[in-house]
Amino acid sequence: MDTTKIMIEDLDLYYGQFHALKDMSLKINKNEITAFIGPSGCGKSTLLKSLNRMNDLVEGCKITGKVTLDDEDIYRNMDVNLLRKRVGMVFQKPNPFPMSVYDNVAYGPRTHGIRSKAKLDAIVEDALRKAAIWDELKDRMKKSALGLSGGQQQRLCIARALAVQPEVLLMDEPTSALDPISTTKIEELAMELKEEYTIVMVTHNMQQATRISDKTVFFLLGEIIEAGKTDELFSMPQDKRTEDYITGRFG
Amino acid sequence: MAAFDSNVENVEDIMPEDMEAINKETFKDRLASYRRTPGSFLVMLLVVIAAGITAAALIFLVGYILVNGVPYLSASLFSWTYTSDNVSLMPALINTVIMAFMSLLMAVPFGIGAAIYLVEYASKGNKLVKVVRITAETLTGIPSIVYGLFGMLFFVTALHWRYSILSGACTLAIMVLPVILRTTEEALLAVPDSFREGSFGLGAGKLRTIFRIILPSAVPGILSGIILSTGRIVGETAALIYTAGTVAAIPSDVFSSGRTLAVHMYVLSNEGLHVNEAYATAVVLLVLVIAINALSSFLAKKVQKS
Repeated sequence: MDTTKIMIEDLDLYYGQFHALKDMSLKINKNEITAFIGPSGCGKSTLLKSLNRMNDLVEGCKITGKVTLDDEDIYRNMDVNLLRKRVGMVFQKPNPFPMSVYDNVAYGPRTHGIRSKAKLDAIVEDALRKAAIWDELKDRMKKSALGLSGGQQQRLCIARALAVQPEVLLMDEPTSALDPISTTKIEELAMELKEEYTIVMVTHNMQQATRISDKTVFFLLGEIIEAGKTDELFSMPQDKRTEDYITGRFG
Repeated sequence: MAAFDSNVENVEDIMPEDMEAINKETFKDRLASYRRTPGSFLVMLLVVIAAGITAAALIFLVGYILVNGVPYLSASLFSWTYTSDNVSLMPALINTVIMAFMSLLMAVPFGIGAAIYLVEYASKGNKLVKVVRITAETLTGIPSIVYGLFGMLFFVTALHWRYSILSGACTLAIMVLPVILRTTEEALLAVPDSFREGSFGLGAGKLRTIFRIILPSAVPGILSGIILSTGRIVGETAALIYTAGTVAAIPSDVFSSGRTLAVHMYVLSNEGLHVNEAYATAVVLLVLVIAINALSSFLAKKVQKS
């Protein structure tokens, strides 16, 4: 059985004159957590954003190469809104919309044409349960999402992303703005979610990568230096630069 | 406000009455701390005085108008037809409402539309954006009499619309268009990009993102622009005398002339015979402006809730 979900081939990305991603090739497997690690500015967030074409919004961004999702070329013959429905995203800073908890989660399904109240209710409850926040929020559905704590907001954003029933979930440092307890909750959540989804997570926290990811990819200065099984990459890195980074010699 | 929303509705409800909060600062404590820092006391004093003078200026102005105007508010001032005897303000009142409504009807869609283009559609460094910004800024700075002159030459003379409500409303629409454009632009720019990313990330298109996420967050800012514009429209005289004329009658159609309350006041005090009635008119104008502002913020709250 083919386990490939996303295939990146010879991807180059330029922000104006700046060559941000250099000739990247990578395979991302189904139902696994893939962690992107590396120092700031090495291109991991940029590559993540290329997977659901959020870079299209950046002025002066040019991309060459090929990215496929289930063998379909996402840059050449796919509607970008449908792509983003299939490849959801959770951002570094929790960004709930200034509306009620319910409306936040229902925003995605409504966008994709679901109008029936009963259906929406079911989707919202299901998404909040999957994001492990239903019990905390079930009595606050009508309250503004901006009144929640940071950790709750981030789990709400995960629920919001799950509500459109994506296949892949991109997480851009989802715990960097959160306290340790919220971080643990989100890590546990990611482990559960990989049963159903493919997860790609950017993290600055190497313990986090070792705790939850199956594969780890190490980036440096716009290049992929090394990619492999997490336990192998951390126990016996093939590249000197990887070893230096994970042992804390720079970064 | 919402960000500070806590689950506790009121602190008093959960704190026992006989308990005194230790972080409570009495007036005496504050005075004592200011004694150590006289400079800070001086600054505090200055800003309090500044705030006080600002409030006093407004209160004095409104009070002065009320004292001088309210005694002369009589039933005859509100009769349907104007005669040189009753100097009724009713036609002018109706004209003002029509004028404000027509001007805003023309200016608001274009102003908001143009602002949406500038912020959400145009790419950075676009030449057109710069041109629109510079022209809008220049237009805001032009004295209203210049708009009046332009309106007279273009709408009244060249288009043969004569002195009419329509000529006046078009002139005023051009006058307030840049105000609405700029305030809406500022309001849209103030909406954090993370909202846009969140919406696009869920597969929402541009249109849905703008109408469901961005505009609702920008409503208070847009509204302040509309209130500012309404203020300029109801307060305008110079631009209207040469475009809408000074006929004191309820217009039969958009091509008939009509004076607004501000023009009415100008004419009354200009003639020097009805200064008291001019004050009474000012009272009505004041009430009208307050009513329009209250209505707009009421509408905005409705829009934001839905």
